[in-house]
Amino acid sequence: MVQERILPQFSSTQVKLSRKEGLTLYEDMVLGRYFEDKCAEMYYRGKMFGFVHLYNGQEAVSSGVIKAMRADDYVCSTYRDHVHALSAGVPAREVMAELFGKATGCSKGRGGSMHLFSAEHNLLGGFAFVAEGIPVATGAAFQSKYRREVLGDASADQVTACFFGDGASNNGQFFECLNMATLWKLPILFVVENNKWAIGMAHDRATSDIEIYRKGPAFGMPGVEVDGMDVLAVWATAQDAIARARAGEGPTLIEALTYRFRGHSLADPDELRSKDEKDHWFAQDPIKRFQTYLIEQNLANQDELKAIDQKIQMRVEEAVKFAEESPDPDPSELYRYVFVDESKS
Amino acid sequence: MAEVLLFNALRDAIDEEMAHDATVLVMGEDVGQYGGSYKVTKGLYEKYGNLRVLDTPIAENSFTGMAVGAAMTGLKPIIEGMNMGFLLLAFNQIANNAGMLPYTSGGNFTMPMVIRGPGGVGRQLGAEHSQRLEAYFQAVPGLKIVACSTPYNAKGLLKSAIRDPNPVLFFEHVLLYNLKEHIPDEDYCLPLNRAEVVHPGKDVTLLTYSRMRHHVLQALKTLTQEGFNPEVIDLISLKPLDFETIGASIRKTHRVIIVEECMRTGGIGAELIASINERFFDELDAPVVRLSSQDIPTPYNGMLESLTIVQPQQIVTAVKEMMALQV
Ligand SMILES: Cc1ncc(C[n+]2csc(CCOP(=O)(O)OP(=O)(O)O)c2C)c(N)n1
Ligand SMILES: [Mg+2]
Repeated sequence: MVQERILPQFSSTQVKLSRKEGLTLYEDMVLGRYFEDKCAEMYYRGKMFGFVHLYNGQEAVSSGVIKAMRADDYVCSTYRDHVHALSAGVPAREVMAELFGKATGCSKGRGGSMHLFSAEHNLLGGFAFVAEGIPVATGAAFQSKYRREVLGDASADQVTACFFGDGASNNGQFFECLNMATLWKLPILFVVENNKWAIGMAHDRATSDIEIYRKGPAFGMPGVEVDGMDVLAVWATAQDAIARARAGEGPTLIEALTYRFRGHSLADPDELRSKDEKDHWFAQDPIKRFQTYLIEQNLANQDELKAIDQKIQMRVEEAVKFAEESPDPDPSELYRYVFVDESKS
Repeated sequence: MAEVLLFNALRDAIDEEMAHDATVLVMGEDVGQYGGSYKVTKGLYEKYGNLRVLDTPIAENSFTGMAVGAAMTGLKPIIEGMNMGFLLLAFNQIANNAGMLPYTSGGNFTMPMVIRGPGGVGRQLGAEHSQRLEAYFQAVPGLKIVACSTPYNAKGLLKSAIRDPNPVLFFEHVLLYNLKEHIPDEDYCLPLNRAEVVHPGKDVTLLTYSRMRHHVLQALKTLTQEGFNPEVIDLISLKPLDFETIGASIRKTHRVIIVEECMRTGGIGAELIASINERFFDELDAPVVRLSSQDIPTPYNGMLESLTIVQPQQIVTAVKEMMALQV
């Protein structure tokens, strides 16, 4: 087993977390977990198709960052996007319906697992090509600055969170966008979810300096390393970065050290990762860790958490039912959305 | 009616659209302080400032991706490819993101952006700077592709492209920037989806676009002197093709010659022939002929370069040969 990186120390006494905030984070992580488990089940039952990349194990990153944001902030994801969409507020039923290819899906059945979008929830995608979301997110952040400075809209202080993996951080678009984001002081968080693997390519076999956060300062922005299995640590780190971005102080690079509990996609036999490595990370399950924290801090008791689990399970079941009962897209609308329908504008 | 150079007509189009819509901005390499490599954005930086005329680093895929993100969130970016060929680096952003994302998002996002700049075979610029990307991009769903050819249409088309809610690839030609023409002083737009009947005739339909329009017009002089009367159509819109105008002409002439600067294989002409055969086969009195560039990287040597692209004399010959066919 490869030597694990020492996770940065984070003392939970650094944060002030209300019961409401704690339960929000918990509920969001549980939703992510149950939703993904249900996807695996539905995939094996032949209800969804294509490449389906699950997020199990990484929940603390999505919940910690996105729940620290405002509803009108922007989120940009990759092909591993279900849980980012859920954290951003896209209803579970719309995500599930999209995975089923239904007309009621958030992308109207045109997108699928790797192309989730929601204009209503400022979810910019769903990008199936590694790293291509990074420039798009950078453009959304530029837009906020433009709106504020050129259009004189003082309320345009939206921040963009751009999620991508360790593998993506070796792509040129990452470096190009770090450069431009600092150059123009854009309100953006580059959140690398370093889960140690890019399909079968181990991070240390692909990357000259494995500490990705250190690339931030090279481009003139803070780089922060955070324990991506600790939702509180992620949440606190994101809050700082968001505050800086909103105040016009520019971008932050956040490297969250995390791990995916399943194969790369549901088609991946997952043969390269060692049992030792997996066990090491399973022991840090972010949901269990946070449960313990909430109970220790008297923010919730076991029964309350159970009740949340049950509520979320029902929501996921309901999402499946909704997806199943939803109609396919209308075949006469095969060409709809290729171009803007100008007859309607 | 003032006489303007084509690059100034383009600049006026951008200037007017920026003046009346504050969400319109220009992004690209050297578009700002330098005024654009062909001076299309000269003076706009001074007038609109550094955010509306954004000088970007040399990072084509990333600044094109940024324009996508800006367009999705409500701005109307105009990307300038310093040379359209450089945008090969942004093929992914143009195809996957600008072209396809509105569809894959199920209409969640629209993509009001223009990607414009100089293309085509210039004077001994070498292979990489002599590209005709329109052929490469024509298969991408969701893109509109337009080629301007005169100061008048350059201005009217660019204004329409900027106002269009869809992504428009807008091709200019390096050798046409200094064309001069009297154009209206008042605000005008031209439709993006209409071909232009440049010269009405009845013998044969000559379909062309961009710089080849001018080669065709040169050939037309000779042909007219010799008693031929071809109809010349500038396609303007390379995608979608205007089959209404093309069809009306074919019903009149029953003969078609395509004159294009893109390469023969997989070119605009290839698509035209296939579509014409599908739609108008019964109208044709002769097989459609295409005159295209040779299927080679454009050579540097001037003589080889001129052998690579279609010359007016070849057009004259092709028309005569077609007219000599007994039907
Ligand atoms: C441009 C591009 N190249 C290759 C792929 C195939 N691919 C999909 S995911 C992936 C690994 C990405 O790893 P990482 O960025 O670490 O993200 P993770 O999957 O671990 O979340 C690869 C190579 C792709 N989707 N896009
Ligand atoms: Mg990874």
